[in-house]
Amino acid sequence: MAALYEGYTLCGLVPDQNLSSSGIQGIEEERDSDHVVVTDSTRSVTLYKVSDQKLLGSWTVKQGQTLTCSAVFNSQTKEYVVVSDNKVIRIWKEEDILLDKAFKATVSSDIWMVHCRGAVRLLDSLLAAPQQPIEEVLNQEETIRWSTTIVAETQQFVIFTTEQKGDHFLYLQRLNPNTLQRYRLEREEPGVSSLSFSASYRDKHIHLLYLYPNGHVYQSVVSVQGLAVEEGAQALPLPRSLLLGLPVGDGLLEAASAMVLDEAHVAVVGVPHPSAGAGKDFLCIWNTNFQTLQAGKEMAGKIYGQLWSFSNKLFIPHGKTLSIIPFECPKSSLASALGKLRQAKTEAPASVPSWNNILHGEKAQPSRTVETRKTRTTRKTQSTPSVTIDQVLDLIKTAPVEEVQKEVEGFLSRADLQDLQPSVGQLASTLMSRSLNDPAFYSPSTLAQLVHTQCLCHSVCPDLVLLALEKKDYFLCQLCLQFFPDIPEAVTCACLKAFISVPDVDAEKVRLEPDSISFMETLISRDRGQVGVQNGFSPTSCEEDCSDDVSGHQTRTEAKEKTSAPPEQICPVGLHKAVLLNEILQTAYSDTFLLPHLKDLSSQHVVLFLQYLQFLYLKYSQDDSLQMHGCRSPSLAQVMDWVCLLLDAHFTVLVMTPEAKGLLLNLHSFVRSQVRLVSELGKIESSLQELKKMKVKKDVGQYSIEVIELF
Amino acid sequence: MGEFKVHRVRFFDYMPSAIRAMAFNSRTERLAVARADGAVEIFNFSDNYYQEKVIPGRDGRAVEALCWVGQRLFSAGLNGEITEYDLENLKPQYVIEAYGGPIWTISCNNQGTHLAVSCEDGTVKLFEILKEKIQFQRNLDRQKSRIISLSWHPSGAQIAAGMMDMIRIFDTETGRATHRLLVERGVGASKSREVVVWSIAFLSNNTIVSGDSAGKVQIWDGLMGTLVRTHLVTKWDVLALAVSQDESSLIAGTSEGTIVQFQFLSSTVDRQDRDHEWVRTRTFKNHSHDVKALALTDTAVVSGGMDTQLVVHPLLDKVEKNTQEAAQRKIAFPHRSLVGCAKKAGLLLFQFPDHLELWRLGESDGNGKPGDSLTVKRKPEKLLQLKRKGEDHICCSALSPCGGWLVYSTVSSVRLYKLQHNNNISVNKVSKLPKELRSVHQLCFSADSSKLFASSSQSSVVVVALNQLECKYLQTLRHKSDSRQPIHLLSPSDDGKWLAAANTDCQIHVYNLHKMKLHCSVPVYSSCPTAVAIHPTTNNLISVHADQQIFEFSLQQKEYTEWSRKLQKQGLHGLWLKRDTPVTSVGFNPKNPTHIILNDTFMFCIIDQSLPLPESSTILYNQMTLRSLPAPERTRQSHAFKICKNFQHVLSMSLLDDLSLVVVERPLLDVMAQLPPPVRQKKFAT
Repeated sequence: MAALYEGYTLCGLVPDQNLSSSGIQGIEEERDSDHVVVTDSTRSVTLYKVSDQKLLGSWTVKQGQTLTCSAVFNSQTKEYVVVSDNKVIRIWKEEDILLDKAFKATVSSDIWMVHCRGAVRLLDSLLAAPQQPIEEVLNQEETIRWSTTIVAETQQFVIFTTEQKGDHFLYLQRLNPNTLQRYRLEREEPGVSSLSFSASYRDKHIHLLYLYPNGHVYQSVVSVQGLAVEEGAQALPLPRSLLLGLPVGDGLLEAASAMVLDEAHVAVVGVPHPSAGAGKDFLCIWNTNFQTLQAGKEMAGKIYGQLWSFSNKLFIPHGKTLSIIPFECPKSSLASALGKLRQAKTEAPASVPSWNNILHGEKAQPSRTVETRKTRTTRKTQSTPSVTIDQVLDLIKTAPVEEVQKEVEGFLSRADLQDLQPSVGQLASTLMSRSLNDPAFYSPSTLAQLVHTQCLCHSVCPDLVLLALEKKDYFLCQLCLQFFPDIPEAVTCACLKAFISVPDVDAEKVRLEPDSISFMETLISRDRGQVGVQNGFSPTSCEEDCSDDVSGHQTRTEAKEKTSAPPEQICPVGLHKAVLLNEILQTAYSDTFLLPHLKDLSSQHVVLFLQYLQFLYLKYSQDDSLQMHGCRSPSLAQVMDWVCLLLDAHFTVLVMTPEAKGLLLNLHSFVRSQVRLVSELGKIESSLQELKKMKVKKDVGQYSIEVIELF
Repeated sequence: MGEFKVHRVRFFDYMPSAIRAMAFNSRTERLAVARADGAVEIFNFSDNYYQEKVIPGRDGRAVEALCWVGQRLFSAGLNGEITEYDLENLKPQYVIEAYGGPIWTISCNNQGTHLAVSCEDGTVKLFEILKEKIQFQRNLDRQKSRIISLSWHPSGAQIAAGMMDMIRIFDTETGRATHRLLVERGVGASKSREVVVWSIAFLSNNTIVSGDSAGKVQIWDGLMGTLVRTHLVTKWDVLALAVSQDESSLIAGTSEGTIVQFQFLSSTVDRQDRDHEWVRTRTFKNHSHDVKALALTDTAVVSGGMDTQLVVHPLLDKVEKNTQEAAQRKIAFPHRSLVGCAKKAGLLLFQFPDHLELWRLGESDGNGKPGDSLTVKRKPEKLLQLKRKGEDHICCSALSPCGGWLVYSTVSSVRLYKLQHNNNISVNKVSKLPKELRSVHQLCFSADSSKLFASSSQSSVVVVALNQLECKYLQTLRHKSDSRQPIHLLSPSDDGKWLAAANTDCQIHVYNLHKMKLHCSVPVYSSCPTAVAIHPTTNNLISVHADQQIFEFSLQQKEYTEWSRKLQKQGLHGLWLKRDTPVTSVGFNPKNPTHIILNDTFMFCIIDQSLPLPESSTILYNQMTLRSLPAPERTRQSHAFKICKNFQHVLSMSLLDDLSLVVVERPLLDVMAQLPPPVRQKKFAT
């Protein structure tokens, strides 16, 4: 799972009066990844050491002159190069203090970084004859929008894009031998031009990523080897593929930027966070394989749509500061995309796109577990004339609840499961926006049905779970927890909080999954009288242990309770509430992300939850056949993980809480019995190993009579 | 296919003797190996390293060095004697006392005219090689200390001799020592100890290479008498050196068990020959103990030492990759059986160099499932330990199938015993043996125990009739070819009519015992037979050869059988041919005439002649697969070769008359455990 870490400020900015640009011309890497050269759009070039946030040097041109490209550092000659006033190349070293005294050369034509009007020159050859004629490569009205250079193994490339009357072109200039290839970019909607470009090189291909104001991120791949050499030929159309469709909220994006981080991750700035309303001041990392949002961060102040990245740090100007945000994109795997691996017993949810599907575009295997009984029956009975997805979507926007319910049901029963996935997402998000805008509109059964298709996930409709919580639709919550593979830890925690604070009376009214209820029923009904001794372990012995440590008062109460029924053997929460809590226990999570949210729980809730977990633990340790039951149930490992997490989050509070004292002592005794068991096992380890050794050389005797069989 | 009850015997404490010296004859491709007990073995490198001949040792004969002169083989040892071997009768031909105390080495000049021996008394003695014997010629200048190593210059005009702390160069014409090269002692504590030049090589460009007890391999200029280069290769001793025939490569064996190779290479790429020097190139570690004997053939490093194994390590730049030749060979066990088995009586006879052991196999009660170990009701019992008489080691022995007769032979005599099993065993030596039974190298009894066959000199077989405490000479069977090579395999048929005899000239002769004359000779195959047997019912002769080929020859038709032709036409499976130990026994299952039972050191195999032969693409070792298949599928998948690898390091295997198998294993780990600890063996005066 990619993550954005706490950022820090590198320097302040002097933005324009109207805040249209950040005032930064460009940022380039200096001698190593820890040094950058920041060129501001007016007059100065500044050198920073990133990790120390320290300014190492600054150079300024005279008043009246302006820098027209970002300064670059030549690591071989240890020289800086910058262009001022489009014509003057300035070269200096770190020791030079005054820029005006440094070397300069005026060239005959406008300079765009190192290429001028589309012509590309090496700096050395240009400096050798500054006044050499520079040919015109671009058409009259063509202007350069963006440029970069890429080193691909031994080859160097200069890439730049141009615009001419709404058409966009990509130029790929290869140096040594010089070839120039012109590509035409496909037009997006008229009047829309791309907001940002980002190029990267991997596997002998240049990957070009560009973002349009409508939130579409496209990727074009150009092979480095198969470059056509014919020059001046017609611009080739450049094929593109839609990599991401980012939510744009209302209106188009204005200042936004997308940047490739690695093969599976894209950083996007200036695009709204899908679950945080329409504000555009977010920095997000998306996984393009899973189409999931991996990390997001709100940036204070205006976003200028500029973004740089050097060695796992994102440089982003916002408001009046230039911030550095370290990030991490670990290799994405299915397991990490889903947070902690789910319980092994449950089959992988079908809504997780398969690798084959994404990488090779193969048809997904129709999943067999998807259909619920309900959809199956409806599919048989319904055969109304077909309604297209668009019609259904329109309907959802206006029609009353009952009609929407009917239509969606009909649509789902007709649609083929294989191509259901995109439409289910659309249906869900339209339903969601309707429900959010219109508080009176809420269609729990439709939503439940959509969730049941297992084609949905949290990133598709990020508001669904919270909405269900708000509407106290715990059944839907349960379904979401069960079927969504990517519920964020914050939402899980919100559910936990909601579930644990529901009064038992209310909870009993809720309709829930029968499977999970039956599991809890068997668990609770397994009577407290039946105290089995398994493998020499009896839970009473552990209670005796704990009574040793407790004060005299405690011992008396303990003794009293033992005669009736030990409190740990009684389920501290009602049946339905327990079922809901079980669902929480079984969701996927990462400890690091869950822990901060867990801290929000109140101490009473924590104690209650811990009591429940203790109850589960005791039940499990009495009878491990419970887990083999076949129905959905949390595993012992999951229970223990949660106990540990809760204790981690709240230990200091719990120690101070008087009612938690008994509980903590009990848990302590669990741990002690475990430690004792392990140490006892450690004692017999060597003897067991001896047994193993003996088995290996079983017949090293001098003589034996054996029976063998040949076939 | 069937179940077998297997007596798995591991109480045969066979201990091979350490390898002391070796000599390779590149013309005949024979390697002679001398062991610590004085035995000399001949391996045929052109025929899958088959151990053709074994000349038994003798108490007190410690062979220190071997030397081929043409086809003649000489040895010398610390008993002060020079021995020439009779390779046709597998015994020493004559022994000559050198009168110089213990002899450290023996070396022959390239011309094949003279032998030089180095003696404890400080002399190098030259012997002239005559047709039937050798004759002392003269001594070279006597030195003050013993002479450990010798090497002739290829011209024959000079001899380099390694001794304590120095190397001497002698002129063979005058007998004078011309140079004295001082060898530096080891550093530290060994500074006070004399350094021993264990091995020396004199090359045609007058370079002398020496290996010494300070762990150095030194290159000397023999003309000037100066040291050119020192390579310190070990902390311990460099015990042996061997130079390739073209003098481009040499190897040095050390006490650590490593072998270091040096090659004569030019130090710069494009210079002339003059700039060549000896460069240390490779190190091999195939031994756990001292490497005492080395030979460098055109393609391989051959080494042997204290750990008793003969290792052939191919030089991968000299052989074609992925061929049989490129595989490393470790020869740990003899290629002939040291175990006799009385099939009717369930007795085993173990042959050691100095005694015989007779054991009765144990018994189990009841039957068990395949894979079970049955409970042993009666433990195996050692009935007899028979010490040999005289100083010569036992070369062969046999036990009659009924268990009533026991015979063994040394190079000088044959002893026959009558055994009587009552409550305890009684042994009676048969006193008067016919005089024809004297020099014998293979013995066996007929199936009804009424006759004793002995292979004798000049490829003949002596037949002796046995009855109650008396034995009578019947006939000497001779074949018509002029081969005089010894017979190494004898196999009578069960019905007593036929006797097959194979010799190391690859011939197999079949005698009719009723008529007491030669019946026929099997067409000679290029590879030596390693096991032969005559089928009890069909009277077909099965022969298995050192190159792993199998032939079936019909004695009635005097031609190869249909099955044999089919096998040759289709060819044996590649994995079968890749096995690197020879088949040492062939047997038959009396209950199922289509079954042939074979074994080598690492497997036993039942060939079912009624089943299809395995194609090259089928899995040869398919027993595990077949086990997992249902019965009908199994019959479809099975092929003629049913190979069982449950037993490893098998010295002998036989099928008793009650259809149980006897497998005698000698795990290599048990052999290793009996070796002395792998530290430097202190030899004399180091």
